[in-house]
Amino acid sequence: MPGLSIENVTKKFGTVTAVKDVNLQFNTGEMICFLGPSGCGKTTLLRMIAGLDEPTQGTIRFEDQDLTGVPVHQRNIGMVFQSFALFPHLNVGENISYAMRIRGHSRSECEDRARQLLDMVHLPGLEDRKISQLSGGQRQRVAIARALALNPQVFLLDEPMSALDANLREVMQIELRKLQQELGITTVVVTHDQTEAMTMADQIVVMGKAQVLQTGTPMEIYKTPVDKFVAGFIGTSNLLPAKMSGPDSVHVNGAALNVGGNTGHFAQGDDVLLMTRPEEVFVHHPSDVDVANSVTGTVTFVRDIGATIEILVDCAGHEVISVLTPKDWPNVKVGDQVHVEMPAAACSVLAV
Amino acid sequence: MQKSALSRYIGLIPSSVMIGAFFVIPFVLILLTSVSTPTDDGGYATGFDLQHFERFLTWFYIERALFSAGLCALIAVLSLLIAYPFTYFLTTFPPRTQTFWLIYILAQLSLSEVLIAFSWQILLSRTAGVANILVWFGVIEKSFAMTPSAGAVVAALVYLTVPFSVLLLFPALSRLDKSLIEASRTLGASPLRTFFTVIIPVTRPAIISGGVTVFVLTLGAIIVPQVLGKPEHWTLSVLITDQAIFNFNMPFASALAVVLLVLSATVIWLVTKFSGKKA
Repeated sequence: MPGLSIENVTKKFGTVTAVKDVNLQFNTGEMICFLGPSGCGKTTLLRMIAGLDEPTQGTIRFEDQDLTGVPVHQRNIGMVFQSFALFPHLNVGENISYAMRIRGHSRSECEDRARQLLDMVHLPGLEDRKISQLSGGQRQRVAIARALALNPQVFLLDEPMSALDANLREVMQIELRKLQQELGITTVVVTHDQTEAMTMADQIVVMGKAQVLQTGTPMEIYKTPVDKFVAGFIGTSNLLPAKMSGPDSVHVNGAALNVGGNTGHFAQGDDVLLMTRPEEVFVHHPSDVDVANSVTGTVTFVRDIGATIEILVDCAGHEVISVLTPKDWPNVKVGDQVHVEMPAAACSVLAV
Repeated sequence: MQKSALSRYIGLIPSSVMIGAFFVIPFVLILLTSVSTPTDDGGYATGFDLQHFERFLTWFYIERALFSAGLCALIAVLSLLIAYPFTYFLTTFPPRTQTFWLIYILAQLSLSEVLIAFSWQILLSRTAGVANILVWFGVIEKSFAMTPSAGAVVAALVYLTVPFSVLLLFPALSRLDKSLIEASRTLGASPLRTFFTVIIPVTRPAIISGGVTVFVLTLGAIIVPQVLGKPEHWTLSVLITDQAIFNFNMPFASALAVVLLVLSATVIWLVTKFSGKKA
């Protein structure tokens, strides 16, 4: 079912364009991550869905309802703020049932709902605590519970993990995703952390410079980034300058590489970038001959961390990282002239 | 160890000397004077006599004390009612506008109570006052003097205290986390509802300290009630001045001063006690 749709939305603050002509369409019940560096307009887009900012142009819809121009408090949304924005003058239970109290529900209804939501976020029995007595992780759970109190149509989270430490972040990403799937609620998360987006999202929207660069499932974006910015932003990528030498081959430092069908719309002779992911690149010992689809380079660093081994190779001034499992270990050391194999299926060709 | 403990106290000496010389000693003198015994030549000598406090316990002075407390409470409320919305909207303006208004308000504080009292006297007079403007607009037929009156006293005292209220409220309101307001809005509260359920409760400590400050400040006002009010609008402070300067009755003035001090201390204690519970 078509759920949230953003049509031709532009937002200007004075002369600065924060969001430029964005068109997005999502199904109801999907988890969407807006991913991008700070200042790319992702938070502004989220705030426009919430109604905290109004688009300069364009329309925001949910299902068949036009939300543009509807005041914040009349939209059926739940939002978790970066700072969590819990009310310091209310206790946990009162924070969670705030929305219900505003709607005029009775005290006992409010208390029941608060208890139910606290159970849902795994904080049973904390309703009488003061906000100042909670840890960062507990605050986040309370903020989530508060935002979900009225079963909103759309659940919005602005950098929800940024106030948590690294370990807790991973736990909460998984927990939040499970909760979202359980409730089947359309959810938008703003983040600059690609791992977070990859962990949680059905659809990732990569943004940069006020525009949407690419939309797709985490795997689509990881495997086939549209340009070097997206490739660099999602995961680690090896980028080598190359020249198209045929419909499915490129020249890199004099070596010819088959790149499969992933050549996009480039013509022979075009300067391009050859993109590979570290885990799909293999390093072969200098004594190996006739390694197909490979370039040569010098090993500059070997980092063995047990489960994986990272090898850094300098290929004519460009660094290539290979992440191998111990069974693929080519027994090389720093300074060796090695062959770096880039299988055709692992290669993507991007614009310079 | 000994040395470091000593050096810690060295820094306290100047302030201790000052507080002792200018606050503690005079207060002890006032206390002693308030319980002094009268001498045959009309003066007073050190002793212990509660007659001046007994004199306070007549309806006239008790009524004056209650009136003073009531008036000051009213001024505190009115002053906050005017200053709070003003300060709140001020914090939504760009920093440069905020600075301009804060400097302007700080400058207002340089006007003395005397100046303000006499300015209001002119402003509310029959011949040169605002009544003439009302006549000019045809609202009333004949100009009249609006002073001395209770309204004039209240107007001038509110005018005197609004800048203090603004300056006391400003830090809290400008530090108010705007995401709290936005959170309230996303939870279904209208802007007005948000104002009463979030903004005011969150800034309550500042409202209370502002109110107490204005209350105490007004309690000490002596010029405005005299210049703009009738004798029935005189506060305890005016009566103290009256006793000390015009009646040369230092012991009784001292006793009234002690009562005034106890009165304001009680109010501050009550307010902090009852506001501390929930905050």
